[in-house]
Amino acid sequence: MSDMYGKGILKGLGVSLKRFMETYLDDLVWLGRRYNNDKGIAHRSDKDGRGIFTVQYPEEKIPVPEEFRFVPFLVYDEGPNGEKNLRCTSCGICAKVCPPQCIWIVRSTDPVTGRPIPDPAQFYIDADICMNCGLCAEFCPFDAIKMDHNYELSSFKRNVYDEAGLSKSAAYYSAIRPANAKREDSARSAKAASRPAQVE
Amino acid sequence: MNTPAHVQSLDLSARFPGAIHPDTRPGYSGWLVENANLLEYAIALRDEFGYDYLSSITAVDYLPEGKMEVVYHVYKTTGGAGLVFKVQVPRVDPIEVPSLVSIYPGAELQEREAWDLFGIKFTGHPDLRRIFMWEGFAGHPMRKDWHEPYFEEEGKPFKSRWPEGQLVMAESKNLYADNIAYPHGFNPASQTFDSEKALYDSLQIYQKEEIGLDTDHIIVNMGPQHPSTHGVFRVAVVLDGEQIVNLKPVMGYLHRNHEKIGERNTFIMNMPYTDRLDYLASMSNNFGYALAIEKLMNVKPTERSEYIRIIMAEMTRISNHLFLIGTLLNDLGAYFTPMLYALEERELILDIFEAVAGSRMMCNYFRFGGVARDFPEGVLQKIKDLFFERFPRKIEEIDRFLSENEIIRSRGIGQGVLTAEDAIKYSAAGPFLRASGIPYDVRRAEPYSIYDRFEFDVVVRSNGDIYDRLMVRFDEIRQSIRIIQQAVKGLPDGPVMALKPMYQVRVPPGEAYGRVEGPKGELGFYVISNGKPNPWRYHVRAPSFINLTSFGPICIGQKVADLVGVLGSIDIVLGEVDR
Repeated sequence: MSDMYGKGILKGLGVSLKRFMETYLDDLVWLGRRYNNDKGIAHRSDKDGRGIFTVQYPEEKIPVPEEFRFVPFLVYDEGPNGEKNLRCTSCGICAKVCPPQCIWIVRSTDPVTGRPIPDPAQFYIDADICMNCGLCAEFCPFDAIKMDHNYELSSFKRNVYDEAGLSKSAAYYSAIRPANAKREDSARSAKAASRPAQVE
Repeated sequence: MNTPAHVQSLDLSARFPGAIHPDTRPGYSGWLVENANLLEYAIALRDEFGYDYLSSITAVDYLPEGKMEVVYHVYKTTGGAGLVFKVQVPRVDPIEVPSLVSIYPGAELQEREAWDLFGIKFTGHPDLRRIFMWEGFAGHPMRKDWHEPYFEEEGKPFKSRWPEGQLVMAESKNLYADNIAYPHGFNPASQTFDSEKALYDSLQIYQKEEIGLDTDHIIVNMGPQHPSTHGVFRVAVVLDGEQIVNLKPVMGYLHRNHEKIGERNTFIMNMPYTDRLDYLASMSNNFGYALAIEKLMNVKPTERSEYIRIIMAEMTRISNHLFLIGTLLNDLGAYFTPMLYALEERELILDIFEAVAGSRMMCNYFRFGGVARDFPEGVLQKIKDLFFERFPRKIEEIDRFLSENEIIRSRGIGQGVLTAEDAIKYSAAGPFLRASGIPYDVRRAEPYSIYDRFEFDVVVRSNGDIYDRLMVRFDEIRQSIRIIQQAVKGLPDGPVMALKPMYQVRVPPGEAYGRVEGPKGELGFYVISNGKPNPWRYHVRAPSFINLTSFGPICIGQKVADLVGVLGSIDIVLGEVDR
């Protein structure tokens, strides 16, 4: 124990006081530009951040990193006439790997032959059951299902999404995950380039 | 192939002729002990061979063979590999196995769990009540022939999802709740059931002191809705004035039968579920589970992924301990200031988790044979910034803030003491054990992954009181920073996955026990595979749960106000306690 009773308390109060002052010092250093802009938010959460560190949601939002994952969506490529070609082939891997089993897929069949064709007839995700684990996106061999960045989903009813509600464009995907999209695109085009060579 | 483990472990079959046989099932190890010799065998192990630490007790329901098995994992607190022994009994009620509480008191809650979930009666157990389910619950849910409401199939993936996956919401199929089972002969319309009677009866058993005035003792229920319990945890206390004379933890409010869900899941599906155990330390939960499955699959993770795993696991430890320090100081009366100081730093770690794993808390980052993805650009620099510059400085600041505070010291020093002998006896683990003077750390005692390459000290304090438990956490953070610094420096290049990514892994039959030193203590995953896509048995040795075994004994004699501090210093997370 220290020589004087109460010294520990004073020491702790010193730390409090220092941190209290830092809040205002930092505001002065940043001349009021510490809030409501990306640079300020980044500063508040980096190694030199000091003083008040809270982010005033929803006025301010922390930018989400690329790998951030929230409920999945289906990627479509835009055709020349503006048609939406879902990449999904309804192979069912996402439904099989989904831990809470919240993905429901009806596979289309050819009306003439009765054979399955690679296109989902119906695709549902029960987003209230989804646990945002990202396994569907991780194991999809066609880069067709990806995890979204939009986390503001509150609604008054159950969040069950059908095919239309799930579809988002490939442009959107490469906007939220540029590095991933680039890597996957180049891998896909390399694969497409090598395929005819194998046939010959 | 490796040599079977039972060749190496302690052979006592000569000592107990005919009573002990090696477990020769393919992929299994350890010893099968006859029911009648169990106590003798356990006493010999503990007293003569130094296996003084009972890590885990669990049961396995071998429905096809008509057998019920109880599995015991024991270790030496001096370190080294453990010993597994099992008792097999016919699967006919009443299933009876002698209780080991008299030899290893740490068995108390675990045997109650096995009774509750499997219906195994442990004869000689002092207080064999249900623990997660309520008294009067129909059946024992972990048995293979027990089905939950909304039961669909034995194993995932469910066939109704693809290729004819017409959306059906489970709740729409049971409009009149006709999927609920009642105990045999119970009519919910006319009868009521007092599920609390057994608890209050068991609370009446305590040592009475016949001194002075004859006064009544009162029973106080703290929780389940009480801010200091860090969740939905309830403590039923018998008080003599301000003094605690008896105490029973009541849990199960967050019980979701994690292990049953785990047995329905395929192996890879379980990974995100382990995040939800101790949700403050999801990376180390992932780690333990990945280790267990990798043992079964005989896969070695790549070099780079091993380093990433270590960095992640140690960052988890720091973030967990910061959270504990904040909340414990809060519990001790410092209110929210230290909590926010600690959470500010923790937030920076969670930012890294979010950037790497995709989620702040539910990381789901480990895979069998590696990790899900490599560090994205810029993350490594961020880790360097934090752990070479900011954290060493900030930890000292939080330490300086309240560690010498006279109020904290007088509320912490000498309160809630757990002696070294008791800590081993009650199977305490982690910082809780080390604060009592036992330098036992799985990272050192039985190094897993690549912990043998790093230099760090096993933190130990000797008094076993609340204050020492707080200080152990500070010291552990400093050691974790050391480990991270070494791991960042040594991080090699290369792939992060040893296997091709597969959505259904093939796991050979056998059993495995993967244990890691989680932030809260020894976290073990006991997994049995029978070669099918789903594990046959999946058990979690949850440190927060088992650390609660000693909660009662260390609180008796304390004032009721200190109960909050003691509970805070044990560091429980209800997601893991209740599972």
